[in-house]
Amino acid sequence: MSATGTLDRRAAVKALLADRGDLLVISGLGSSSYDVFDAGEHPGNFYLWGAMGGAAMVGLGLALAQPKRPVLVVTGDGEQLMGIGSLLTVATKQPGNLSIAVLDNGHFGETGMQPSHSGLGAKLEVIASGAGIGNVSDIADMAGIENFRAGLRDLGGGPRLARIRIAAGEVERALPPRDGTYLKNRFRGHLGFKVS
Amino acid sequence: MDQIAVHQDSATSTDWPVAIYRTLKSFGVAQVSYVPDAGHSKLIKLSHADAGIKTTVLTTEEEGVAMAAGAWLGGDRAVLLMQSSGVGNCVNMLSLMASCRFPLLTLVTMRGEWAEFNPWQIPMGRATPQAFEIMGTTVLRLENPDDAEEVISAAASLAYDGDQQVAVLISQRMIGRKKWTKETH
Repeated sequence: MSATGTLDRRAAVKALLADRGDLLVISGLGSSSYDVFDAGEHPGNFYLWGAMGGAAMVGLGLALAQPKRPVLVVTGDGEQLMGIGSLLTVATKQPGNLSIAVLDNGHFGETGMQPSHSGLGAKLEVIASGAGIGNVSDIADMAGIENFRAGLRDLGGGPRLARIRIAAGEVERALPPRDGTYLKNRFRGHLGFKVS
Repeated sequence: MDQIAVHQDSATSTDWPVAIYRTLKSFGVAQVSYVPDAGHSKLIKLSHADAGIKTTVLTTEEEGVAMAAGAWLGGDRAVLLMQSSGVGNCVNMLSLMASCRFPLLTLVTMRGEWAEFNPWQIPMGRATPQAFEIMGTTVLRLENPDDAEEVISAAASLAYDGDQQVAVLISQRMIGRKKWTKETH
């Protein structure tokens, strides 16, 4: 398997979120948020526009608070690398309902396509496994995406981490709402919480 | 477990971690995350022993800030425990809380102030209030064990009802009174 992926990121995320049911989604800043938004607006999406390194931890706090809902974090290799320790923290809690999909193009795509540690040889799925995340996968084709998607709603199968090898090309931006308080209240409203 | 039960039965003015624990319970706190600290050790034990609180050890403090945001999205109230030396690690992640007006309650045991013997603790200890304040976090001080319930209660209301980010700095003098070095394992 070559280090560089060939999957189209938009197609990959769209497939990941097909028939999402009661799935709750946290997206990491930058292209991951654009990909999740492009796959279809949903009040159960919370798009990060900052907080680099924090996506998996937002997902963990949510997964622990909502153990009966599947939670998917969609983020990039650069974002996950900045919060690499969070994989160890996720593993200590073993949240069965939490899955992390790392869209790995081996580059910092938002800032000029500098090669990332992943592009320079780090294997995120191996790091996740070493951290104690038992269910890891290395996905390079749409069949792999479909297989991962099919398991997302198994509340006892996590925590999972999938490294998804996407192509490094630039994609047109698709910009979700940026108002954090709106996104927060929309998400909580979706779960039945009133605006205070 | 027995030790914890004893603490709950015999809370005195010097049992301020018990007073904090009870106050957090009265506010319905359901998640506690922490980077270990000797000054917080009793509260961490109480939290781990409580099946109604999901307690998480972190690798670095900013993880707990992001986790508190996720907890709130899912309807849980969270608290982050740390030592003053970890406050600088949180600065950028506090943008998340300010941008979304997420509640944050963090309880910070101070180093680098009262009778500090380690000079390496002093710069971050001295900068701790400012590090919070530059990001818009409200800073309250807990100087006296007898004030624990009142101060934590005020901070919790401000955070969970007022949608604010609030840090309570627990005086190193108070931790000294608790003789925390004996409890360090």
